[in-house]
Amino acid sequence: MLSKLQAKVFFLGGTFLFLAIFIGMSIHSLTVGIPEQMNAKDLNEKVILGKQLWDKHNCMGCHTLMGEGAYYAPELTRVYSRKGPDYIKAVLTDPNGWGPRGRKMVKYDMTAEEVEGLIAFFEWMNRADLNGFPPEPSLKQ
Amino acid sequence: MKFKSQKIAYHFFALSMLLLVLQIVYGFILGFAHMGYDVLHELIPFNTAVTTHKNLLVVWILSGFMGAAYYIIPDEADNELYSVPLAKLQFWSFALVGVVAVAGFHVGWWEGRKFLEIPRPLDWLVALNVILFLVIILMTLIKGRKSSTTSWVLTMGLVFAALLYLPGMIYFDNISVDSFFRWWVVHLWVEGVWELIMGGILAYLLIKITGVDREVIEKWLYVVVGLTFISGILGTGHHYYYTGGPKYWLMVGGIFSAMEPLAFLGMTVFALQMYRKGNKKHPNKLALYWTLNTAIVSFLGAGLLGLAHTLPQVNMYTHGTLVTAMHGHLAFWGAYASLVLAIISYAMPQLTGRKIFDNRVGHLAFWCANIGMIGMTASFAAAGVAQVYLERIAGFDFMTAAIEIQPHFVVLVLAASLFTVGILFFISNFLKFGGPTDELEAGENEFEALKTA
Repeated sequence: MLSKLQAKVFFLGGTFLFLAIFIGMSIHSLTVGIPEQMNAKDLNEKVILGKQLWDKHNCMGCHTLMGEGAYYAPELTRVYSRKGPDYIKAVLTDPNGWGPRGRKMVKYDMTAEEVEGLIAFFEWMNRADLNGFPPEPSLKQ
Repeated sequence: MKFKSQKIAYHFFALSMLLLVLQIVYGFILGFAHMGYDVLHELIPFNTAVTTHKNLLVVWILSGFMGAAYYIIPDEADNELYSVPLAKLQFWSFALVGVVAVAGFHVGWWEGRKFLEIPRPLDWLVALNVILFLVIILMTLIKGRKSSTTSWVLTMGLVFAALLYLPGMIYFDNISVDSFFRWWVVHLWVEGVWELIMGGILAYLLIKITGVDREVIEKWLYVVVGLTFISGILGTGHHYYYTGGPKYWLMVGGIFSAMEPLAFLGMTVFALQMYRKGNKKHPNKLALYWTLNTAIVSFLGAGLLGLAHTLPQVNMYTHGTLVTAMHGHLAFWGAYASLVLAIISYAMPQLTGRKIFDNRVGHLAFWCANIGMIGMTASFAAAGVAQVYLERIAGFDFMTAAIEIQPHFVVLVLAASLFTVGILFFISNFLKFGGPTDELEAGENEFEALKTA
């Protein structure tokens, strides 16, 4: 029967072993995997401004990006290719606040530079390799 | 209670109750918005309501953990708390930071990062507050006359929870890196160190309620928390499948996420076995119910429902849909909300000297809240699966799917109403207890002291 000491060794040994593996994998992901798959070399001022606006306006509080967010408004990972930059601009600059089919978006008074930043951010996002996400709908005609 | 200083726990428990009610109010705003009645949009837009709802959850659970620690640590260390004035200062500053954060969300003072929306200046105050809390707990343990595995597991959980908050405070331009570290905080909290805290509190409750030998309980505590970390650390990988991480996370995250239910199953078997082995019939039935509820529902919500959508092939379709909300609600309810309600149910009769531990209102609270939450989970499941089919398989646009699934939110709101009735019953019992007393009883003769006449 397992003794308390053996149980303690199981806990501490297992924790440190798997923590070490996790940290090793994290270092590889952060230094090699993510920079390649996300095209980190293309992170320019406009894209960074777009990311800062994404945070500032808490867009994640309604939308999802890379599947992360609040499921109340559309997934935006591929919005650049799905809708195009003109549509995104129209949404962001709607003088009455965007409100498709009754679901309201907060009205933002963005400058032209800010709108460009968000479009650049979505264009950069559109090129990210997310291991097949979001999936192509198999029944879509 | 054995020591007068344990009374400070009452403040944290009361704050937990207040924040839980507020969390529910914001939950209703979200439910109605999903039904198509976003009537408060101009005042409280959806992103404000969702941020407030989630952060209130984190804060009331943390407040419950802190209260639990202030109650348990003096008992386990067999000594008064290191400093009651410092503990009071920590309480009021914690409550103040919480109020400022929630108010700030309503004027757009936030970071826009799910679960970590508290803005940076307040992050530093949170860090200072938690350091003060840990100093009080650690000094109590160091100066204590006794040392126990239970108290150290609980304390280590609290220490690592504080340390893990730090990666979430670093800013990154690359949103994928930002997300990577955000999950260090959120995942390694809820599927890692919070489970240490859960294990510690659960072990304490089982020792007290079942009367099983401490050595036996603490041995299995090591096994359960060992399983938690062995599966949970690399299980973080399921957050890296589709957020810009390399492909190997699909395999590693998939395998270790599939093992994560084992830790929760271990927790369930552990609690039920200890209950069966117990040779004492503790009179506090409500604490026993909530304790066993924690063990069982955490396995269902966090373990099984987590497994249901963390396999990469399934997650490809369910990621970023209401299926996640289904898992999230029952997981938090089972693992952490029930646990806080269990320790409150156990501690309040001791803190106040009032023997409210087997009354009708308490049992109604238990059943209404649980049935309500299961109804909410089922509604989220129906809405989530329909959303996956309509959007991800059939290719309808987001709003078409959102309108189709609105009826599920009517059911959700009805179930949430039953859940709210349960919580209000629980709070009514909490209020009946009144404030804490200075009378010391229990100690080694707790069973005798608690027996109803």
